[in-house]
Amino acid sequence: MSLAGFEVEVQRSKDDGGVVTEDMTLSMGPQHPSTHGVLRFVIRADGEVMKEAIPDIGYLHRSIEKIAEKVGWHGFLPYTDRVDYVAAMFCNHGWSLASEQLAGIEVPKRGEYCRVIADELCRIHSHLLGVGSMAMDIGAFTPFTHAIREREYLNDLFEELCGARLTFHYMRIGGVGWDLPAGWIDKLSHFLDRFEPLIDEYDRLISFNKIFVERLANVAPITAEEAIDYNLAGPNLRGSGVRYDVRKDEPYSVYPELEFDVPIGTGEKGTVGDCFDRYIVRMREMRESCRILRQCVVQIPDGPVIAKVPRNLKPPAGDVYVRLESARGDMGWYVVSDGTAFPHRCKIRTGSFSAISIVPKISRNLMIADLIAVIASLDLVAPEIDR
Amino acid sequence: MAMDAAGLHARLREKFGDVVGPLEGSGRNASATVAPARIAEVGEFLKTDPALRFDCLSNLSGVDYPKQGHIQIVYHLFSYLHRHAFVLRVNAPRDNPQVATVSSVWSHADWQEREAFDLLGVTFEGHPDLRRILMPEDWPGHPLRKDFVEPESYHGIPTSRESLLKA
Repeated sequence: MSLAGFEVEVQRSKDDGGVVTEDMTLSMGPQHPSTHGVLRFVIRADGEVMKEAIPDIGYLHRSIEKIAEKVGWHGFLPYTDRVDYVAAMFCNHGWSLASEQLAGIEVPKRGEYCRVIADELCRIHSHLLGVGSMAMDIGAFTPFTHAIREREYLNDLFEELCGARLTFHYMRIGGVGWDLPAGWIDKLSHFLDRFEPLIDEYDRLISFNKIFVERLANVAPITAEEAIDYNLAGPNLRGSGVRYDVRKDEPYSVYPELEFDVPIGTGEKGTVGDCFDRYIVRMREMRESCRILRQCVVQIPDGPVIAKVPRNLKPPAGDVYVRLESARGDMGWYVVSDGTAFPHRCKIRTGSFSAISIVPKISRNLMIADLIAVIASLDLVAPEIDR
Repeated sequence: MAMDAAGLHARLREKFGDVVGPLEGSGRNASATVAPARIAEVGEFLKTDPALRFDCLSNLSGVDYPKQGHIQIVYHLFSYLHRHAFVLRVNAPRDNPQVATVSSVWSHADWQEREAFDLLGVTFEGHPDLRRILMPEDWPGHPLRKDFVEPESYHGIPTSRESLLKA
């Protein structure tokens, strides 16, 4: 028996009755409905209990970092959409931030507000898919349809904003591509009025449903130390009780002008850092995003949305590391410029990459069915792992 | 208590002397260069020293500099306890880049080093499981090297195709 890239050993052991048992090696994926994209787990299991689950990634590797070196500063922006296509705005934002810091470009205030509005909408957009598909993976189908229904309104809003429903390419180096369309703010307010009560409905429907809670509470808890050691980010880190949010602690854009709380996991249904904590943090973050959006709607100033940026951009030589809070947490962009029209190097450190690397550690001695809950609770997005 | 870049650098120099190079840059991007063989010791000290406590390796990137003849590994460190940051750089020769592993210091480094090995061909001495992570096992070369030439085909699959727009 062989699985490409893995030494598979068949271990035989005798149980007390003298019966010889054998560990079973299972390949879960690459095409599996609950792996959220194309990735594979090689599982060594004794019956229903896993001894280990080793992730095998790279199926969606497109070498986006190499493409950056070939297409130039402005040209790379549409490619960043594909880094994490469930939350493309943040990748746009990360690349723009890094380029602006290197080139010393200042974004107009209205442009920054447009970015924050787009970011927070995108966060709701991504979390809805995250929590919806999590419920579906665990066996509850209805919440998924509710989440997708709300996401559809968001898609319409995005389509009006930038013409795309998934890979937005809304932001540009120096600001955003287009100002908010006429009447769009009213539609956004209308969406918020409609959406906020629906979070309560979603909570009644699934969040505190006994079966759902039983499936998640006390499953695969991650301590704060482990989370930091493995560099988990975003809701996965906060689920373990670490109150850290790049928007609050290393503020960028106009976040210092906005009020919001950072929800953390408290172990309210079990242990701190279990699957339920990671889930409930996402639910609460959606409320905070709504709160931020409501403030933006009131505070957004008039003015230009994009700064004057040379078409043939050549940032001075140097390197920069920017961090921003994406839907999957602290996203790091390390960008090196050598003073030419092409970036020398772009390294993207994403939340999903850190999150999947902890799977072998936390999956030991779990049931196979619980691995599904773990993957869903980490909100893995395969293209973001592989880039 | 958060320390500023100068303070962090002074603490490192006090402990390691000339192994740690001079301070470059300022603020969040302040950095120092470390010898490739000593990075693990420096990392261990940065993590355990009570005044520094860099409990998180935020990012590890490899950058190829063919003109200078080296590959640079850049470690972005962050302390959740003290909320300060520092950057370490290690330069390894391009023809045989060998860097001590920090995977025993920060667990996150395990996969990050595998990625740097896969895409840039840097060998991390003492890494427990150094094998390719993103590219196929039998892929020739390391794609993020500046002189990498894409093979014309892989297992009979062509890697390029004729443009449909060509007349």
